Amino acid sequence: MYSPLEMNYLEIKNLEAAIQGTPILHGLNLTVPKGEVHAIMGPNGSGKSTLSKVIAGHPDYEVTGGEVLIDGENILELAPDERARKGIFLAFQYPSEIPGVSIANFLRAALQARLPEGQQLDAVEFYEKLYKKMALLQMEKTFTSRSVNDGFSGGEKKRCEILQMAMLEPAFAILDETDSGLDIDALKIVSEGVNSLRGPNIGMLVITHYQRLLNYIVPDKVHVLVDGQIVRTGDKSLALELESKGYDWIIQECGASA
Amino acid sequence: MSEKPNLQIDQDIGNFSYDVDYKYDAGIGLTEATIDYISDVKEDPEWIRDFRKKALKVFESKQTPSHWATKDLETIDYSKIRYYLASGQQASRTWEDVPEEMKKTFDRLGIPEKERKFLAGVEAQFDSEAAYSNIKEAVSKQGVIFVGSTEGLHKYPEIFRPYFGKVIPTGDNKYSALNSAVFSGGSFIYVPKGVKVSHPLQAYFRINAESFGQFERTLIIADEGAELTYMEGCTAPKFETSTLHSAVVELVALKGAKIQYITVQNWSSNVFNLVTKRGLAMEDAEIKWIDCNIGSHLTMKYPGVILKGRRARGEVLSIALANNGQHQDTGAKMIHAADETTSNITSKSISVGTGRATYRGLVHIPKHLKGCKNNTECDALLINTHSRTDTYPAIVTRGQKNSVQHEASVSKVSAEQIFYMQQRGLTEAQAMSLSVNGFVNDLVRQFPLEYSVELKRLIDLEMEGSVG
Repeated sequence: MYSPLEMNYLEIKNLEAAIQGTPILHGLNLTVPKGEVHAIMGPNGSGKSTLSKVIAGHPDYEVTGGEVLIDGENILELAPDERARKGIFLAFQYPSEIPGVSIANFLRAALQARLPEGQQLDAVEFYEKLYKKMALLQMEKTFTSRSVNDGFSGGEKKRCEILQMAMLEPAFAILDETDSGLDIDALKIVSEGVNSLRGPNIGMLVITHYQRLLNYIVPDKVHVLVDGQIVRTGDKSLALELESKGYDWIIQECGASA
Repeated sequence: MSEKPNLQIDQDIGNFSYDVDYKYDAGIGLTEATIDYISDVKEDPEWIRDFRKKALKVFESKQTPSHWATKDLETIDYSKIRYYLASGQQASRTWEDVPEEMKKTFDRLGIPEKERKFLAGVEAQFDSEAAYSNIKEAVSKQGVIFVGSTEGLHKYPEIFRPYFGKVIPTGDNKYSALNSAVFSGGSFIYVPKGVKVSHPLQAYFRINAESFGQFERTLIIADEGAELTYMEGCTAPKFETSTLHSAVVELVALKGAKIQYITVQNWSSNVFNLVTKRGLAMEDAEIKWIDCNIGSHLTMKYPGVILKGRRARGEVLSIALANNGQHQDTGAKMIHAADETTSNITSKSISVGTGRATYRGLVHIPKHLKGCKNNTECDALLINTHSRTDTYPAIVTRGQKNSVQHEASVSKVSAEQIFYMQQRGLTEAQAMSLSVNGFVNDLVRQFPLEYSVELKRLIDLEMEGSVG
C-alpha cells in the first residue's frame, strides 16, 4: 500500500476547471512540498474554493485541462475516497452534518477504510491515539461522542475538522477558509491546533480571503489567486501588503500584464 | 423438486439453495383438496381441518385490498404457488439429526453458532415445517414450552385452543384468511406465571423452494408476570418467480407480562411478504414489537397491540429499508381499549434509488377512555432523488381526556454529505451505509447487541449492492 508519509510533492499543473459550464480555473500552477505551509489568498470569486474542491474530487466540478500530481502521479482520475486514502485531506469551509454518527465512530470508519482488507482497526490503540490528539487540541473527551457536526457552532465545526486532520495524518491538507465564521478566540484555538500539526511530514495549503488567519498560521509562502490563476508568489510580507492595499492593485497589475 | 442446480451463491448471504427431496408436496394451486392434503399429512384434529376449510372460503370471498394498497398485490397468482412442502421428518432436537441439506443451510446462516452463544432456544423452519426445534434444559425445566405450531396444537390443546385465532381472527384480512387455511410451521410458546426467560428464544424461517408460499403461524402466550424475548430471522434465495410469505403472529401478554418480539427479515427481492402481527396486552402488561424490514419485493406489515387491560403498554419500533425496486409498506396499529393505556410508535424508513417506503399507522382511542397516551414519530430518509416516501398516520382520538403526539420528518442524504465522507476515505457505499446507520442509531441502541450487529451488517450489504 502507498504510504502517505512517502509523498513529497503536491503539484498542480496548468489546471483548468469549470462548474456548470462556467470556467473558473484558467491554467493554475502551484507546487507544495511536504513540510511547508502555503497560503492562497484572493478576492471573492477568484477560484479559491474551486481549487480545493477540484483537488479533493468534488463531482460538481469538471476538470477541463491540466493535472494534479502527487509525486508525479496524476490523481484526477481517482474517486474522492481514493484521493483521501492517498493522503489528501480537505478541511471544509462548510462541513456536512452526519446525524447519529459519533465523531469517534466516523473516525474509526475512516481509519478502518485505510487498512488492507481483512485487517481490523485496534480499538484500544484507536482510543489512545484519539485521546492524545484531543488533549493536544485541548478538547473535552465527551466531544467525540457527539454526532459529526450535528448542531455544532461554527467554532466546533472547525475544531472537528482539525481533529479529523490530526487523526487521519494526511500528507497534504487543504484548509478551505478555515477562518470563516470564527470569532477571534475560536480562531486562536483552531490556529493553535493547526500549528501543532505542522511538521516535516505534512504539506498544507491554507486558503483564505483575509490576512488575519496568517497572523496565527504563518505561511512559508503566499500565493495570490486572481481569476483562476496564481498571479504572484511571495513570502508572508505579501499577505501584509495585500491587507494594507487590498486586492485592486494586484488585479490591475495583472490585468495590465495580460 | 427444485430444478435449480445444487448450489447458487452471489454476494447476498441468503441467496443460495440446496436440492432437497420433498416427501410431501401439496402441488400447485389452492383448493379444498390442498387443505385435505395438508390436514392429512399433519394429522390435524377435526377442529383444525374445519378451521382451515372455513378460512379458505373467507379467503376466496375477500377482495384483494384495492383503494389503499399497491396494485402490486394483484400480480400474485395464487394458482401458481405451492402451499406445502416438507421432507416428512419430525423436527429434530439435535442438529446431527437434521437432514444434511437443511443442516448445511442453517450452518451457512450461522444459526447453530448463535444458539450456542446467546439463545435459550431455537426453532429452524425449512419451507413448510421445522427442521430443528430445541430449548435449553434450564429453560424447559421452568415449564416453558417452545415447539412448532403443529406440535403445540397436538400436545397442548388446553392452552393452544383458547387463544388460537382470537387475537387475529381468520377474517381480519385476506392474507390472515389465507394463512388460516394453509398454515404450517411457526412457533408455539407458553411461559408460565412469573417465569422470566432471560435469554431470547429464536426462530429462523427459511424458504428454499421456488414458487412457494410459506405460511407459518405463531402463537405466544406469556402468563401473568412472565417475560420473554422472541426473535425471528428470515431469508430466501433469489428466484425468477415470486415467492409468497404470509405469516400470522398472535401474542398474548396476561396481567403484568412482558413480551418483546424482534424481527430482522432479509428476504430476497422476489418475496411478497404479507404478514399480520398483533398482540393482546392485559392489565399492566407490555408488548413491544421491534420490526426490521430489509429486502423483499413488497412488504405489508403493521404490527399492532390491543391494549385491553388497564395501564397496558404497547410499543412498535420499526425500521424499513426500501432498496431499488422494493416497496416497504409498514407501520403500526395501537388499539386502546382500557384507561391509562400508553402506546409508542417510532418508525424509521429509508428509501434508496427507486425504493419506496410507506408508513401506515392507526391509533385508536375511543371516547369513553381516560388517561391514554400515544406518541408517534415517523422519520424518513431519502437517498437519491428517485426515492419516494409516504406517511399515512390515522390517529382517531375521541374524547378530551387523552393525549396524542405525532411528529414526522423527512431528511435526505445529500451529495455534499456523501462527498464529505468520501473525502475522509470512505467509499460511496460505506458513506451511504454510515448515513443509514446513523439515521437508525437511536433505535438500534435499544436492540439486543447481537441483533444490532446483524442489522448493521445487513445495511452494509444492502448499500454495497445499491451503488452502481
